[in-house]
Amino acid sequence: MRPVNAVITKIVDETPAIRTFFFDTTFELIPGQFVMVWIRGVDEIPMALSYENAITVQKVGHATSALFELEACDSVGIRGPFGNGFGIEKGHILLVAGGVGAAPLAPLAEKADESGIKVTTLLGAKTKDELLFRGRFGAAGDVRVATDDGSEGIHGFVTQLIEEPDRYSQIYCCGPEIMMKKVLDKVAPPKAQFSLHRYIKCGIGICGACCIDGLRVCRDGPVFSGEILKKSEFGVYRRNECGERARV
Amino acid sequence: MLSLTLTGLNLKNPLMLAAGIMGTTGDSLKRIALAGAGAVVTKSIGTESRGGHSNPSMVEVDCGYLNAMGLPNPSYKDFQYEIDRASEGGVPVIASIFGGCSLDFSEIAKSLDADAFELNVSCPHAHGYGAEIGTDPALVEDITHAVKTAVNVPVWVKLTPNVTDIKSIGLAAQHGGADAVVAINTVRGMAIDIESSYPILGNKFGGLSGRAIKPVTVKCVYDLYEVLDIPVIGVGGISDWKDAVEVIMAGAKAVQIGSAVGNNINIFNDISSCMEAFLQEKEWSLDDIYGMAHEV
Repeated sequence: MRPVNAVITKIVDETPAIRTFFFDTTFELIPGQFVMVWIRGVDEIPMALSYENAITVQKVGHATSALFELEACDSVGIRGPFGNGFGIEKGHILLVAGGVGAAPLAPLAEKADESGIKVTTLLGAKTKDELLFRGRFGAAGDVRVATDDGSEGIHGFVTQLIEEPDRYSQIYCCGPEIMMKKVLDKVAPPKAQFSLHRYIKCGIGICGACCIDGLRVCRDGPVFSGEILKKSEFGVYRRNECGERARV
Repeated sequence: MLSLTLTGLNLKNPLMLAAGIMGTTGDSLKRIALAGAGAVVTKSIGTESRGGHSNPSMVEVDCGYLNAMGLPNPSYKDFQYEIDRASEGGVPVIASIFGGCSLDFSEIAKSLDADAFELNVSCPHAHGYGAEIGTDPALVEDITHAVKTAVNVPVWVKLTPNVTDIKSIGLAAQHGGADAVVAINTVRGMAIDIESSYPILGNKFGGLSGRAIKPVTVKCVYDLYEVLDIPVIGVGGISDWKDAVEVIMAGAKAVQIGSAVGNNINIFNDISSCMEAFLQEKEWSLDDIYGMAHEV
């Protein structure tokens, strides 16, 4: 598909560093899927859909900075949704979200709750002000909070909130890779799903730039079972835009 | 029944992974090898690491894909590990390499241990490289000769279709000592977003691949087969077993598959089994259909 023109209808400041951009275009979304967002004249970047018509973005580099310059009525080009998305399991699920990693998990929490699945969320951020989608997770189930500076919830990492992981039917995780690796080490790998971030070029499974152990993050992922990741380079190294390996 | 010897390499089938597809990491190449490819070709590797063009670097268009990746690669200094990893797949690993002059090419070829080299003198969208070299017969001959002198493994030359007469470039490669030519690289193309008038690709223009270009491939392979003594390897738009048979009938000793891998990672096994069934039904061998269109 060619990029679809998506007009920004509303911009919401979620935290001091994170904004949600709502579009006039709605996508048929499996939570965990992503879109390629083309900021014309600048770059095209992968972003998880946080609603069926929105992306939630943290300002981290030149492309996201350019996106933050845009206002309502401006537009971007969008390809997607791409990737597999989370596989929803019945029972009582645990979501573990770190920082902007809450973006793909919030629609999952809502969809699971609507389907009668019990949802517990562990939400972590650097500080109280950076906790993302606390209200959405709260509306879908229980929420426990961890902040790096102790300004809210427990003082420490969200991974410290994981207790008795075996009692959950499935664990869903998105956040910084180091954090996800810690989660993987704490839970039964086949019962956990992780949404990965890699440098993505084509987005459609052809170029191979985003491969992790031969698996295409853009096409075979971005969600992978812990079983697959356990034996992989996940948490060890990633690749830059040249394909060079760099430690996570 | 699909096995063959190609420039001295023994292949279990004539279906190879094309350069630039799933070819940056050893593990992705190995995955394709284990999924039935007869050989795999790496991403094009240069003398220095490059990040390539800014995104969008690939976009689907009618009947194909436009791309301008911009030769992203980690450089040969950081690539032997990936080749070795790919070799665990048990099929020949061909290193695609690019450079700005014959010295670049021979420096890279001398430094890498691969089963063969494919010289990329045909990328249509990287300034100073690729097709800017591959449209000049004298440069193609010079570079081919330099690499042939530098290594003891087969050297293939990948040709651009963006020339007036591809035969003259193929002949130049042959004069330079090439063991085979590979035809074709992508066809120069462009797409514009009418909502904004921006060219979609970060590089503005790029190369067209996929179904749309198969007839161009068939014609180029057909023409090269007529004039060359060395084998032609067909690539460009092959998406199913019928396409593979067609390009082999045009005169390709073997074929490469690129864009179509995106939607079907098992395409090599799929094409092999269908091709075998077809040959059995027709009571033809692989060698029978090689260049068959020239006999009628």
